[in-house]
Amino acid sequence: MQDSLQTSSYKQLEQKSKYTNIFLRWFLYFILILFASYFIFPLYVMIVTSLKTMEEIRQGTLLTWPSALNFESWGVAWGGRGYGAGDTFLRPYFWNSIKMVVPAVFFSTFIGAMTGYVLTKWRFKGDQWVFLFLLFGCFIPFQAILLPMARTLGVLGISNSVIGLVLVHTVYGIPFTTLFFRNYYVSVPTELVKAARIDGAGFFKIFFKILLPISAPIIVVTVIWQFTQIWNDFLFGSTFSFGEAAPIQVALNNMVLSSTSVKEYNVDMASAIIAGIPTLIVYVLAGKYFIRGLTSGAVKG
Amino acid sequence: MFRWLEKNLPKIVMAPAVGLIGWFVYGFVLWTLYISFTNSKILPKYELWGVGQYTKLWASRKWLIAVDNLLIFTALFLIFCIVIGIILAIFLDQKIRAEGLLRTIYLYPMALSFIVTGTAWKWILNPTLGIQKMFIDWGFENFTFDWLVNREMAIYTIVIAGVWQSAGFVMALFLAGLRSVEDEIVKAAKIDGAGLFTVYWKILLPMMRPVFFTSFVILVHISIKSYDLIVALTQGGPGISTTMPALYMTQTAFHKSQVGLSAASAMMMFMAVAAVIIPYLYSELRRENAR
Repeated sequence: MQDSLQTSSYKQLEQKSKYTNIFLRWFLYFILILFASYFIFPLYVMIVTSLKTMEEIRQGTLLTWPSALNFESWGVAWGGRGYGAGDTFLRPYFWNSIKMVVPAVFFSTFIGAMTGYVLTKWRFKGDQWVFLFLLFGCFIPFQAILLPMARTLGVLGISNSVIGLVLVHTVYGIPFTTLFFRNYYVSVPTELVKAARIDGAGFFKIFFKILLPISAPIIVVTVIWQFTQIWNDFLFGSTFSFGEAAPIQVALNNMVLSSTSVKEYNVDMASAIIAGIPTLIVYVLAGKYFIRGLTSGAVKG
Repeated sequence: MFRWLEKNLPKIVMAPAVGLIGWFVYGFVLWTLYISFTNSKILPKYELWGVGQYTKLWASRKWLIAVDNLLIFTALFLIFCIVIGIILAIFLDQKIRAEGLLRTIYLYPMALSFIVTGTAWKWILNPTLGIQKMFIDWGFENFTFDWLVNREMAIYTIVIAGVWQSAGFVMALFLAGLRSVEDEIVKAAKIDGAGLFTVYWKILLPMMRPVFFTSFVILVHISIKSYDLIVALTQGGPGISTTMPALYMTQTAFHKSQVGLSAASAMMMFMAVAAVIIPYLYSELRRENAR
C-alpha cells in the first residue's frame, strides 16, 4: 500500500518535472533566439538598406525587404559616381588600409615571435621584469602618447603617410604579439632547446628548426588579432593621417559625416559593409583562432 | 668580439622590442606628463608651470560632463554586458542545438570596428527613417524614439551600441570558464539534491570569480578608451552632451590646440586605467607564480 503510494507520487513528480522541463527548454530557446535577433538586427538592416533605392528607404521601414537586389549603391560606395571634386569613395582608402596592414602585421608578429622566444628559451636574470615592462604597453590609453607621436612623425617626415601608420601600428602591436608568443612558447618543453644546444645548434637555428615549425597555431592567432586591430583602428588613423593617406575606417567616417545635400543611407550602409567585410570574413573562416586571440589577448587589451 | 656577440645574441635580438616600447610607450608617457605641467598652447613649451592645467581641467564644464558621461556609460555598460553575457553563457551551456551558430552570431560584432558599428546604429536610431518610423508604420502612431538627438538621452544610445558590440565577448569568457569546471562538481551537487538554479547560483557562479574580475577589467578599460564609437554615433553631440574623456582629449589637442590642457586630460585617463590595471596585473602575476 505504502509502496504503491510512493511510486505513484514519484511518477507524478517525474511527470510534472517533464512538463516544466519542456517549458524551460522552450523558454531557453526563446531567450537565445531573442538575443540572436538583437545581435543580427543591425547586420540585417545594413544589408537590406544597402540594396534599396532611396525612394524605397523613404517608403518602407528598416525591416522591409528590397524590391529588387540593387547593387548600385555598392558601386557608388566603392568606385564613386565618376565626377571629379567632392566625389568620395572607398577604393583608394581600402588599398591604403591593405598597404598599412600587411607590413605592420608582418613586422609586429616577427618582433613578437623573437621576443617571446628569448623570454622563454634564453632566460636571463630579470626577464620577468622585462616581460612586465613590455606587457604594460598593452594597457596604456593611447591618448597619453598621441601628442609626442604626432610630433615624432612630423620630425621623421612621415606624418600623414601610410609608412607612418605602419610604424605606429608595429610599435603598439609589439606588447600583444610578445604576450601571445611568450605564453605559447612557455608550454614548449625547454628540454628540446637544451638538447639542440648541446648538439651545437645556435640561436637562430633553434628558432627556425625547432620552434617555428610548431608555431603555426599561435602565428594564426597573432596575425588575426593584429589584422583585426589594425584594420579596425580609427584613433591612430584619424590623428596621424588625413586626405589621401587615410585608412578605410577614417574614409568611411568622413563619407558618412560629409553633409552633401541629400543623405544617401544606402550608400552609407554599403560603405560600412565594405569596411567591415575583411574582418568579418576572417571571423567566419577562422572563428576559433579569432576567439582564442580575443580571450587571451583582449584579456590584456 | 664574435664570442661576445654570440653570448649576447638573445639580448641583442630583444633590444628592438625593449627599445621601441621604452621610447614610444614610457618615454612618450613621461613627455606627456611633463607637458601637462607646462603652459603649452599650440606648440609645446618646456618651462614648468605647475598644476595650472589640472585646475583648469577640473574647472571646465566640458570635462566635468565628459567624466559624468564616462561614469554613466561605464556603469551601464558593465552591468548590461555582464548580465547579458552570463545569461547567454549559462543558456548556451545547456546542450543547446546549433550552439556553434548562436555563438557565432553573438560574437560577430567584435570583429567589426566601432566606426562600422556606429554608422549602422546611427542609421537605425535616427528619428526620421529609423526605428521610430518602423513603429509608427506598424500602427503605434505616438511612438517616439529620439534619443540620438536628445541631449538627455543621447548617452544611452552609446550604451546600446557598446553593449551590442561587447556583450558576446563576455559570453565567450564565461562560457570558457563554465566549460573548464569539472563535471564531477556539478554531478555531486545534483546527487545532493540541488536544482539547476542552485547549482549555478550557489556553486558555479561563485567559482567564476576570476572571470568576473577579468571581464570587469576589460570592460572598464574599453569604456575609458571609448572614442571611435562616439565619433561615429554622435560626435559628442547634441551640443557637448555625449563628450567623453578620450574625445575631450583629442578635440582639445587637435582642434583647440591646447596642448598642455589635453596632456593633463590624457594623464587623468592614464591614471584611471592604471588604477584598474595595476591591481589586475599584480594578482595575475601572483597567480602565475603560485602555479
